[in-house]
Amino acid sequence: MPGLNPDLARRNRKVATGALLIGGGMLALSFASVPLYTLFCSVTGYGGTPQIGGAAAPGIAGKSVTVRFNANTHPGLPWSFQPGQNSMQVVSGQDAMAFYTAESRAAGPSTGISTYNVTPEVAGPYFHKVHCFCFDEQTLQAGQRVEMPLSFWIDPKIADDPNTRDIRTITLSYTFFRTLADAERAGALAKAGPHVGKQSAVQRP
Amino acid sequence: MATASDTHHTHDHHDHTPGFVARWFFSTNHKDIGILYLIFAVAAALVGVGLSLLMRLELASPGLQYFADGQAWNVAVTAHGVVMVFFVIMPALIGGFGNYFVPIMIGAPDMAFPRLNNISFWLLVPALILAVGSLFVGGAGTGWTLYPPLSNSTYQSGMGVDMALFALHLAGASSILGAANFITTIFNMRAPGMTLHKMPLFVWGMLVTAFLLLLSVPVLGGAITMLITDRNFGTAFFDPAGGGDPVLFQHLFWFFGHPEVYIMILPGFGIISHVLSTFSRKPIFGYLGMAYAMVAIGVVGFVVWAHHMFTSGISVDTRAYFMAATMVIAVPTGIKIFSWIATMWGGSIRFTTPMLFAIGFVFLFTVGGVSGVKLANASVDVILHNTYYVVAHFHYVLSLGAVFSIYAGFYYWIGKMSGKQYPEFWGQIHFWMTFIGVNLTFFPMHFLGAQGMPRRYPDYPDAFSGWNMVASVGAYISVASFVVFLYVCWRTFTSKEVAAANPWGEGATTLEWQVSSPPPFHTFDELPRIR
Repeated sequence: MPGLNPDLARRNRKVATGALLIGGGMLALSFASVPLYTLFCSVTGYGGTPQIGGAAAPGIAGKSVTVRFNANTHPGLPWSFQPGQNSMQVVSGQDAMAFYTAESRAAGPSTGISTYNVTPEVAGPYFHKVHCFCFDEQTLQAGQRVEMPLSFWIDPKIADDPNTRDIRTITLSYTFFRTLADAERAGALAKAGPHVGKQSAVQRP
Repeated sequence: MATASDTHHTHDHHDHTPGFVARWFFSTNHKDIGILYLIFAVAAALVGVGLSLLMRLELASPGLQYFADGQAWNVAVTAHGVVMVFFVIMPALIGGFGNYFVPIMIGAPDMAFPRLNNISFWLLVPALILAVGSLFVGGAGTGWTLYPPLSNSTYQSGMGVDMALFALHLAGASSILGAANFITTIFNMRAPGMTLHKMPLFVWGMLVTAFLLLLSVPVLGGAITMLITDRNFGTAFFDPAGGGDPVLFQHLFWFFGHPEVYIMILPGFGIISHVLSTFSRKPIFGYLGMAYAMVAIGVVGFVVWAHHMFTSGISVDTRAYFMAATMVIAVPTGIKIFSWIATMWGGSIRFTTPMLFAIGFVFLFTVGGVSGVKLANASVDVILHNTYYVVAHFHYVLSLGAVFSIYAGFYYWIGKMSGKQYPEFWGQIHFWMTFIGVNLTFFPMHFLGAQGMPRRYPDYPDAFSGWNMVASVGAYISVASFVVFLYVCWRTFTSKEVAAANPWGEGATTLEWQVSSPPPFHTFDELPRIR
């Protein structure tokens, strides 16, 4: 466009730069959302995320809550992972301790890490974990069997919040995954089996 | 510019067009680029329609007929979705009609950045080649939503997914550059007197669309970049074994994906407003309400994304919020629907082909909107999620909404763009075949979905076979109607009938009807002054 006057060209560049900056800002925001997403859950207890690294148990006796224990293992990790107890009664405001057991069925050492949350999800802000095997990676030798402890307490304020005061049972859940580094080391980085992908098309009779 | 040959006939030197290669490959002219976009959209539509025909052939009866397995089926579903969304609807509405008519309607000599416009178009070509090419290297069996873990290297180990992701990157870059160009053009290049509140509604639609693109597409770019590094470079953004979360991808995808559905329909809203007003010979009812309804839809469209994730494990309070926010969108949409009806009310209506498509749009988009309100209910959605009810819903708003608006725009403007008028008889045949075909295809899907037939399977229990056969017959009629459309194109371009500058009479008031058909290569020698 030969007729474009320099003033308009300058204003055009200004608006376009602004527009592209907005676009760049949104791109940055999408990457920033990765830590923000984790931060949001850990601060608000959203999605049943328990509180970690908070205050110690106040020691006062609140109402009694049944805590149930759940264990899942990703098929990529050759472990038998079970709760040591199905459920226990916990007095809110006081420290409690529970155990899980894990037994490796791998031929060599294997490393796992677990994700965790509590259900009902609204109980997340009131469930404090003090020590947990889930904070760190766990490595088991071939055939090794370990007892893994966790200590936690439930905030007595759970009885004051209208969203949580009728909660009598909280289920604590863990899912163990093989760590990426260990899977790579063991050559077990999962790839599609013959049940998916093009291969199955070839294998059809 | 002032070469020797030019000086010989200065009176018409503005209409000298460059040679073929310079005009169509290095084009910086908004009208030529618009036409390139439209040709591109029709070419991509051949692929998209072909895939849908394959899928309906498969679903015509129970059992596996044409597809080897579920993965092959998913590859076809994904390619159909990606091609239709990114390479048919968006190029046609935004790149095609947007490029051609936004500068003319606001009285601008061209887009603000003509060369940027050129690269926006040419980025799409390799993108389409990558997307279609992925079909031949195993394909992407992920659905257009690309959710991990299905899209992880664990379950989609071939390079087809990577090619599709790079295709989306290129298409996204093209959209972002195009959006910046549109925003600059609309803000800075309006003719004297063309205030924002006098802008034609199509330009308003494009302005809101450009902002939606600018705010949402980079988020898709970020999400699929993370997916690519997860797949190929050992990161774990979406893998819980490495501390990631697959639900994060769903949030990022739908933060893009929900505005994306408004990106596909807002330019269409603009076109429909023009067509209804022209053929009712009345100005549009409630102009400002129409403009700000689009702004409202755009704004609220950014805060409703998780209604796509009601079954992904989000808390009941969150579901309640997203449900309410989603239903709020029915209000500005209702303003638009009722204003369109009020525009037609008491008008001197002529049922030409573009008007038929526009009325068809209002009717069908309302059907899709109502099923959308139903799906917005979190409790109901738990049952209907991932059933054919959802397929029916989004095809009513896209395949019948956006596509009808593209056809309305095509018939409304083809005389202006080509200088030749379309054959009215064949246009009406095209409308009725499309209308019957798509309704026969998609309406029975409501029944199938309500009865629980799940999406994304090539097979189904015998109980569903009746309505599936009806839907398939509808699809064959729709595909035949697409052939009729190609015939209409051929008849138009070989026609001897020259289109007048304004073939539609007094109802057509926007600036494009004040210039010749087709408009001169440089539309406005002198900027028009708007009263």
